[in-house]
Amino acid sequence: MATRGRAGEVVRFDLTQRVAHWANAALFVALIVTALPLYFGSLFGLVLERHVVEMVHLWCGLALPVPLVVSLLGPWGASMRADLARVSRWSRAELEWLTRLGRSALRADKFNPGQKLNTILVGATIVVLLATGAMLQWFSPFPVAWRTGATDVHDLFAFAVTLLIVGHVALALAHPSALVSMVRGRVSRAWARRVAPAWADELGVGEGVGATGRADPTTGRADPEPVAST
Amino acid sequence: MAGEGDGGVGREARVPVGRRVFLSLGALATLGVVFGSRLQSAARGALGTGLGGLLPFGDRFRLYSITGSYPAIPPEAYRLEVSGLVERPVTLTLADLEAMPATRLVRTFQCVTGWSVPDVEWEGVALSAILERAGVRPGAVAVSFDSYDRADTESLTLDQARLPDVIVAYRMLGAPVTREHGGPVRLYVAPMFGYKSLKWLSAIRVVDRVEPGFWERNGYPVNGWVDGSIGPRAPAEG
Repeated sequence: MATRGRAGEVVRFDLTQRVAHWANAALFVALIVTALPLYFGSLFGLVLERHVVEMVHLWCGLALPVPLVVSLLGPWGASMRADLARVSRWSRAELEWLTRLGRSALRADKFNPGQKLNTILVGATIVVLLATGAMLQWFSPFPVAWRTGATDVHDLFAFAVTLLIVGHVALALAHPSALVSMVRGRVSRAWARRVAPAWADELGVGEGVGATGRADPTTGRADPEPVAST
Repeated sequence: MAGEGDGGVGREARVPVGRRVFLSLGALATLGVVFGSRLQSAARGALGTGLGGLLPFGDRFRLYSITGSYPAIPPEAYRLEVSGLVERPVTLTLADLEAMPATRLVRTFQCVTGWSVPDVEWEGVALSAILERAGVRPGAVAVSFDSYDRADTESLTLDQARLPDVIVAYRMLGAPVTREHGGPVRLYVAPMFGYKSLKWLSAIRVVDRVEPGFWERNGYPVNGWVDGSIGPRAPAEG
């Protein structure tokens, strides 16, 4: 399913995935930036026009699921759907890797369990923020206690997802090849073999394919495998 | 959420982590919406208002302005015009208001959209005292309020306006009402949602019918009782 890129490279994210990612990222940035004056009103209230900020926040919030839904459902979404399945369903080894905080052996898939969890958490948070945000905007059917609850849940999940995004950006900056792959779409075969060996096997560019039986380097990440061409 | 496709190696049993996390967070959020306000008051009770105020959510004013800016009114230039169906139309200065008997209230400020701030201190003049000073004429039914922002308006029935916890406030949170909170003088209608407490109060007009205010024309109930009852009610204690 994943297509070969240029010589020595494989496609990690196709165009649909990259567009969806950056559209989603842009919306999140706009939402966080507009949330600040809405939340910390006394700091920003004198400078910014609250109503305008509020409308931008509302419309960006309503638009938030659009890149994901459109990219998943359209005829262009094969890779999105495949990666969604990949992110959603984990092997026992991946679960163990996560619960032991990376201290267990794992031949990493296209995404490591941390990346998978990040994706799931962001996805679930989008749904929660959208639902509670809608309750705050169209509050009249709900009892006042629920509106208060929705305000708190919205704030709390927004804080949490902001921290998650900060961590995500920090890790991306710490791993430039991964970051570049979200821009250009491709990674080197060597990178795939080193960082995502199970995925490299799937693509037929791995080392573990066949008789050599290199099924289990001690960790997926810091594996000093020699980059021998197949 | 979890797809059918075999995204990975496929020779091991797969765990639907995506679906589980998704449903757990969804359930947690739902519980938070339904019970969050109770949890918040419990936490506030346990921590006291000092520490409770440090909770990362709740307990903070979210400031609204329908014109996009806050009117700047020097306290000495402040004037409150009382007119309409009254015997003696008057224009009151801040000093006039401060010279009248003061009413002090400590109440939870409750916004119709859900957020609230507990134990807010207010000080001002009972609206009923101002109405009495101007003398309400027969045929008067309601009171309309105008704001220095030239956009917001509010209204109360005469009965509502005469409740003892409806005040024209010049102090809030232990200090003169700040500009962003509607200073130097604003309305504070304690038994109703926050939108009834018009900011930057400029005029009180006694009229012969209820004129729905800005927020009511935008869908909020005219009678914004926090406890949900419709008619005038007995003022609550404390």
